Amino acid sequence: MKSQGFQSLPWRFRGLSAAAVALYVYLYIPLIVLIAFSFNGGRMATIWEGFSLRWYAEVIQSDQFRAAAANSLIVASTSAFLATTLATLAALGFRGRPLRGQGMMVPFLSFPLVVPEIVTAVATLIFFISVGIPLGMIGLIAAHTVFCIPFAFITIKARMDTMDITLEQAANDLFANPRRTFFAVTLPLLWPAIFAGFILAFIVSLDDFVISLFLAGPSSTTLPIYMFGMMRLGVTPAVNAVSTILLVVSVLFVLTAAWMNKISPK
Amino acid sequence: MLIMVFVSLVERAPDGGVVWGRFTTVAYTQFFYEENLLGEMSFNSDYMQIYLRSILLAGFTVLATFVVGFPTAMYVAMQEPGRRALLIFFLSLPFWVNLLVRNYAWLLLLRANGLLDQALMGLWITSEPLNILYSNTAIAIGLTYSFLPLMVLPIYAAMEKFDFSLVEAAFDLGANRVQVLMHVIIPGVKGGIIAGCLLVFIPGLGSYVTPVLLGGSKSLMIGNLIEAQFAAARNWPFGAALAFVLLLMVVLAALLRALLLRHRQRVAP
Repeated sequence: MKSQGFQSLPWRFRGLSAAAVALYVYLYIPLIVLIAFSFNGGRMATIWEGFSLRWYAEVIQSDQFRAAAANSLIVASTSAFLATTLATLAALGFRGRPLRGQGMMVPFLSFPLVVPEIVTAVATLIFFISVGIPLGMIGLIAAHTVFCIPFAFITIKARMDTMDITLEQAANDLFANPRRTFFAVTLPLLWPAIFAGFILAFIVSLDDFVISLFLAGPSSTTLPIYMFGMMRLGVTPAVNAVSTILLVVSVLFVLTAAWMNKISPK
Repeated sequence: MLIMVFVSLVERAPDGGVVWGRFTTVAYTQFFYEENLLGEMSFNSDYMQIYLRSILLAGFTVLATFVVGFPTAMYVAMQEPGRRALLIFFLSLPFWVNLLVRNYAWLLLLRANGLLDQALMGLWITSEPLNILYSNTAIAIGLTYSFLPLMVLPIYAAMEKFDFSLVEAAFDLGANRVQVLMHVIIPGVKGGIIAGCLLVFIPGLGSYVTPVLLGGSKSLMIGNLIEAQFAAARNWPFGAALAFVLLLMVVLAALLRALLLRHRQRVAP
């Protein structure tokens, strides 16, 4: 209904669609170029010498790459799991009877999203050192869990807010006890959002660079840190390949999360 | 609750009184930190320059993302709902790609005899390499690219709620396009614009990756300065102080936003 009025509008602002197309081109050209040149056979990063997978082979066979990828996967999956669990509990907690100070809490949860990453990194580092948590995998996981929580929380809370509460009431009326209601009704309804939240948290953790740079010890190099080290040494086709791998993983996961979020059990 | 504890712990640490005692063990006394902070404020202009450069670059990024992003937000808001969702999804997709990767892609394009140079020289537009890389220009390009979705999405969100029949009405009343834009659309989505500016300005100010990859060693920003204090210079208290100043700037920006919004509410009740 509301959209009816719009139809006559675009032509009034004629430059708009051209501007929008230009913006999408601008957004995607660098990434497409990067992907294209990761299949370059030559030794130069930006001079095309024919299609080849040799840089991928080289990267994947490197021990350093494997170690970094393994670290990244461990950190991302553990912290995404912890963050999603905590976020689910928090979202459930917010839903019941209103807690004292609840209005304050949602802004508080989104606060870490606004603070520059470098400040969070410094703060966490100093905190870890002062409390005596050693730099390494455990610290990384703890830090990643913290900054992943908002992403999972927002996704889960959004689903919870639009959830049909009458279904749970119906279950209660049909003499299901609270536990049974939760497992048979609430959780299945929430499940796609929880999964989407997990995936988002996973990517956010996988992609994190600045905080990891501050907190990773020598033995817990993650993929972005490894990649950054390569990038500082120079532009090589191998970096193109690593970048593309990370890019494809991120995009795949986002697509999955979006897809999961769309499914609503009816 | 647990999260609250986590968050407060993380945030309190940079200025927290708990940590001072340990710093003396790292061979930097609190005195040193005080002196450095004072020096940064009053005597040594190098750090001031870096802060100023960061503010200017972040400010420019806000401007650039707005100029590029605003028409697109408007365009998307005028589409049908189904198409809108798709467009927004593709707008935010690059944002999920690793920041390093996104900036590295620009490294490929911008470097001397890189792809941009090749393209421009191939088209006979320029005859020699532009040498954009490792300059403030390169940082500005990288920052604009990195944070563009953060500008478009809030403006779009505001536009989506905006009642476009007001625009029709304004046209019917004989307003021209510029008038409609300035007096109807922009005031209507002001909240979204302010949110977008803030969302771009803050990470722009604190960015680390872009200046390192695209700015080289000549164009430092606050983020690099802080990192250098922790990694190379081993001057943690100074680094913490720098980070705290950055945090204060962010809080100031957020307060400014609150002020602007309140002002708006008073003007248009």
